[in-house]
Amino acid sequence: MTKPDSQTGEANVAAPPVSGQLARFARSSKLLDWAIVLALLAVMVVGGIASPHFLTVANITSILVASSILIVVAIGQTFIIITAGIDLSVGSLVQVSSVMIGVAVTYKLGVPAGILMAILMGTLFGVLNGVVVSKGKISDFIATLGMLSIASGTALVLSNGRPVSVISPLLTSLASGSIGPFPNIALLAATVAIIGHIVLFHTQFGTHLFAIGGNHEGSRNLGLKVGRIKVAAFAISGLLAGIAGIMLTARIGSAEPATGSSYLLNSIAASVLGGTSLFGGRGTILGPVIGALVLMALLNLMTLLGVGVFYQPIVTGSVVIIFAIAYRFQK
Amino acid sequence: MTPALSTAPEASAPAAAARKMLEVRNVRKHFGPVVALDGVSISVEAGKVAAIVGDNGAGKSTLVKILTGVHQPTSGELVFDGQRVVLHDPDEARRIGVETLFQDLAIVDDLTIWQNLFLGRELTWGGPLRLTRKRAMAEQARQMLSGLQINIPSIEARVRRLSGGQRQAVAISRAVGWNAKLTIMDEPTAALGVKERTEVENLIERLRDQGRTFLLISHNFDQVMRLSNEIWIMRNGRVVGHRRTSETSGDELVALITGAKSAEIGIRT
Repeated sequence: MTKPDSQTGEANVAAPPVSGQLARFARSSKLLDWAIVLALLAVMVVGGIASPHFLTVANITSILVASSILIVVAIGQTFIIITAGIDLSVGSLVQVSSVMIGVAVTYKLGVPAGILMAILMGTLFGVLNGVVVSKGKISDFIATLGMLSIASGTALVLSNGRPVSVISPLLTSLASGSIGPFPNIALLAATVAIIGHIVLFHTQFGTHLFAIGGNHEGSRNLGLKVGRIKVAAFAISGLLAGIAGIMLTARIGSAEPATGSSYLLNSIAASVLGGTSLFGGRGTILGPVIGALVLMALLNLMTLLGVGVFYQPIVTGSVVIIFAIAYRFQK
Repeated sequence: MTPALSTAPEASAPAAAARKMLEVRNVRKHFGPVVALDGVSISVEAGKVAAIVGDNGAGKSTLVKILTGVHQPTSGELVFDGQRVVLHDPDEARRIGVETLFQDLAIVDDLTIWQNLFLGRELTWGGPLRLTRKRAMAEQARQMLSGLQINIPSIEARVRRLSGGQRQAVAISRAVGWNAKLTIMDEPTAALGVKERTEVENLIERLRDQGRTFLLISHNFDQVMRLSNEIWIMRNGRVVGHRRTSETSGDELVALITGAKSAEIGIRT
């Protein structure tokens, strides 16, 4: 990475000097591109030293399983953040999708029908988000904040506020089956990640997502269908929240109207940790995947070390803020 | 008012027979009670550079937005390359051959040069996914730039790394490189230093000499005098004058723009 003078000037405008040398060092290297990978390695090394159980196959497998749902939600969130937007409704969409499986069980429609309903429900709410944002011309922040409330209310209404136990060989196989050493649920997350990567980096739609996030007005002037592209991005985020709802139901064995709210903050955290710019126009799929792994590995390690559950959100939040500050120095 | 009348002072000029790439006929644009364009008629000859000058608020930007399909005129018509056209959106304008160099360049910093050149007209394998043909696009982009004799270190570089003049060159390439029939340039050098401005002007001159058609919107009279063949002067949403560049001077343009010299055309309605 070269550093012509003009760029140094630009970067200074974007990031007021904190410590000149640190900033220059961060700018002059590719270090920050690899920050999240280094963070994962650091957690592994520290964890391996601190706890003999941390690097066992069983524990690593359980980290993978625990990360899977977050990975899927974070990928959806990343599609939105790349357009310089935010989707605050993802957690509620996970809930309402999970509840759809409970509804299917309650009305004896069968779990496969419930799975389909969960996917449709997530996608439908996602499309609604997109239409409200692009046709209603209000900010994603407000639109999806409203949808957060509507979706979690819908989940409560449909479930009457009660969890429904879901017993299904299909979901059991998703939750605890594996192919070789790889848990099925992690393979599902990996599949979503691969498809997400292809869509983002090898399709016209993906290019246009980056363009809209990088230069909204310019994209419009060049004739990109900004509205339609945003609707599609929110539909993807909703679809993935629906899939995450299915995964969650499989994991806990019941459709619960009140779990899943943690996915909102954690999906944004994983995405930002993975280098997605909240200003839009920049991001990857691999980054947020590793970001989710780092978050869940940290939580896992804290549990192993006996750090109280109440401390965990404090650590998670601090890590996210530190990374967000570090990324400010990136060009 | 007929278009013929609106260009009446021009009738003696030999260019009357020249082929018009663009004719704007009596276009009005209202935003609610505000009249932004009050019956504007201009034309652009094929293979020439026409310029529009005028003070802030004269209606230049609104006219550009109508020509690029961002706004639709309240009344009046556009004739492009001999055919009456109605532009519903920017994509439609680009498809018929009107490309624009926007004031803010409409460049995306974090995309590569070739991605910027192909923005909105990516080559794909079709199908529902529209997988992109990256290698073909990079190769064509390289040919486009070398055809325009533009020196850019690497087609794969992100635009963020380019200098101001290079960014401008990428945006200009996109605005002429797609066999555009008409390239609209909205303040093409407003944000550039002296050296970069000269480079960009040289590029425009070279393209003009190759027979490209331009509509130039500029505050810079020197630039307008250097680059254009004819000049339309706007004030308060109207065309108040039309000159051959060879037959006018910067002083006369200032007088027409400010209204110190009374308007000749376009205000009889």
